Amino acid sequence: MATSHDSASLTVKPTVPWYRDRNARAIAFQIIALSAVILLGWYLVSNTMHNMATRNIATGWGFLGLEAGFGISEHVISYTPADTYGRAIVVGFLNTIKVAVIGIILATIIGVVVGLARLSSNWLVARMATVYVEALRNVPLLLQLIIWYGLIIAMPGPRQAVQMMPGVFLTGRGVYYPSIESEPVHTWMAVLFVVGILLTWAYSRWAKRRQDETGKAAPLLLPAIGFIIGLPLLIWLIAGAPLTLGLPELKGFNFAGGSVLSPEFAAMVVGLSTYTGAFIAEVVRSGIQAVSHGQSEAARALGLRPMLVTRLVVFPQSLRVIVPPLTSQYLNLTKNSSLAVAIGYPDLVSTGNTALNQTGQAVECIAIIMGVYLAISLAISLFMNWYNKHIALVER
Amino acid sequence: MTAAADADLIPARRPPSSETGAVGWIRHNLFSGWFNTIVTIIAAFVAYKVIVGALSYTIFNAVWTGTPQTCQDMLGKGACWLAVEDRYRFILFGPFDYDQQWRGGLVIALFCVMVALSAIRRLWGRNLIIAWVAMLAVVLWLMHGGLGLKVVDTSKWGGLPLTLLLAFAGIIFAFPLGIVLALGRRSNMPAIKALCVAYIELIRGVPLISVLFMASVMFPLFLPENITIDKVLRAQVGIILFTAAYTAEAIRGGLQAVPKGQYEAADALGLGYWRKMSLIVLPQALKISIPSIVNNFISTLKDTSLVTIIALYDLLNTSKIAFNEPQWRSFFFDGFLVAGLIYFVFCFSISRISIKIERVLDVGHKRR
Repeated sequence: MATSHDSASLTVKPTVPWYRDRNARAIAFQIIALSAVILLGWYLVSNTMHNMATRNIATGWGFLGLEAGFGISEHVISYTPADTYGRAIVVGFLNTIKVAVIGIILATIIGVVVGLARLSSNWLVARMATVYVEALRNVPLLLQLIIWYGLIIAMPGPRQAVQMMPGVFLTGRGVYYPSIESEPVHTWMAVLFVVGILLTWAYSRWAKRRQDETGKAAPLLLPAIGFIIGLPLLIWLIAGAPLTLGLPELKGFNFAGGSVLSPEFAAMVVGLSTYTGAFIAEVVRSGIQAVSHGQSEAARALGLRPMLVTRLVVFPQSLRVIVPPLTSQYLNLTKNSSLAVAIGYPDLVSTGNTALNQTGQAVECIAIIMGVYLAISLAISLFMNWYNKHIALVER
Repeated sequence: MTAAADADLIPARRPPSSETGAVGWIRHNLFSGWFNTIVTIIAAFVAYKVIVGALSYTIFNAVWTGTPQTCQDMLGKGACWLAVEDRYRFILFGPFDYDQQWRGGLVIALFCVMVALSAIRRLWGRNLIIAWVAMLAVVLWLMHGGLGLKVVDTSKWGGLPLTLLLAFAGIIFAFPLGIVLALGRRSNMPAIKALCVAYIELIRGVPLISVLFMASVMFPLFLPENITIDKVLRAQVGIILFTAAYTAEAIRGGLQAVPKGQYEAADALGLGYWRKMSLIVLPQALKISIPSIVNNFISTLKDTSLVTIIALYDLLNTSKIAFNEPQWRSFFFDGFLVAGLIYFVFCFSISRISIKIERVLDVGHKRR
């Protein structure tokens, strides 16, 4: 009785007109916004179609199967100008990954060292680290890359090469270094390396369980070295320690034999890792400073040795603060590797841009470039979310 | 009783001279322990080498007067300031009409003055924002001409004025766009939220250079045939769209930091959405997000150098082209040194201002 009366009164005299109703307004607003975006998109797409038709630009992904016809100086997988555009872009992508992975490793090392140096109690070391960070952070990366590249190619030619170490030559055409000829035993060494990592993991779990149960700590570092480095070394020695070095030798006007780092690649790696290293240093510094003093004091009060204070108390907690911004620095480094196009390192943007200029298919080429970077960054942010959930503090 | 006890106290002795003053400081900060001593000696050696190397390259061995041949003789040992002296007008202003370059100089001066004014606490407020927008209009007039000034085509804009214009106009226009995107991302309406999240994540996921390529090759395809927009404007639009996504994230951080009670209090007062945001939430949120917006700005200023790749004459490109003349070609490094120094001075001083703002604005929201 009462309910029907209420609903009747509601339907008979609404308190607010519909255009005043919050939900109705929200729906109307969203419909307007969506249709505006769709209209804009449709307008742009129809313009683009029309423009491409009048300029005789082909559309679609067919060009990926056509012969590229341009050479790429560096390739991880085999590539010749007779290969397709698709393969050229994959080669560029692999070059991006190559420079990014090596850059990330070096930038992390530089960043951790400089970050710790900034916190050093040694005044001079801390000051020098600060100067490094400020000098590199405040100058555009592109400028730094161009300077590095210019300095490397301004090095003397092969005939006047600077010998840095026996067998390592620095020339204007790149850095020549001895290569190790591949042997059948290398495969087994790689297998044992992976086995060593797995063994170390299993061993550390066993050691931790034993410590939890009995309180006896097992040494970790030496067995780990033994598993990861010792095992591959052992099989190498058993196989008779085969080692053939391909030494770079001056033949005529250039070096023959050995391996070479191209000036473009060297400039990219040096520029990216020193620049990103400065940012990582700040991340590391703030991460360590974020762990409150009480934590290390409490750990010392419990009688832990200084090494253990760092390893068991300070480091795990600062990692929680460090990892999210660190991943975004890794992502930045990967995105910044796109500046390779300015110094001619054939990365994804560079090969994609060449394909664009040859075919004129701007929409497809830029979509590929953007799509790949987007996929990389989405993958990294998915990992980040997983990691954050994994290490989140369990609070009451 | 206490007086007697006090009288019996032995006056405090001065700490040993090895613990205070310069000697004590050096002992504590440089030579505490054998490890630190070794580190200090190595670091001092490296620092000495670097400082001496830098000074001799830039000052003692540098060529200040003479001919290109003098420079050639000192190549690799000292900077060729002769080349910089000869080409500095091109480095600073690019291909801008030579007799009109005073206008570029005025633009640089205006930007410097405005940055300096923005660092003064007393001037912060609505008027400063209005002054910035007004100054941008004056800058555009000075660059473009008209109203009594000779018109200079945008294809001739270049050097430091162009770099500063791209960066400052980038952040100023990205700011309102960033507010809208940030509010949209925090909105309860699913469609609006999805659009804003998609835009922000799309832009943040790709490198700026791909956005600039899109701006330079795809914008002309997007527009009707008869409309062409010029190259500088296209790059500027690209930079604005890119910066807006980052600004939006900075502002979102500020919005999240405003306590929930503020939102609820505004609701309780019966304020609608726009008034709640503009009167209560945004003033607090923007205050919190200013330091990160300034940091974004520093990145934008450095990132404008990427327009070199799409062949605009920004500071990096002019310092590169300036040394294309045969006689100066070998001294490209000195040109980049100058450009790098200019970037450094701007970025470093703005980062100092940012730290100052952070300190002033930090009025106790944070727990210590």
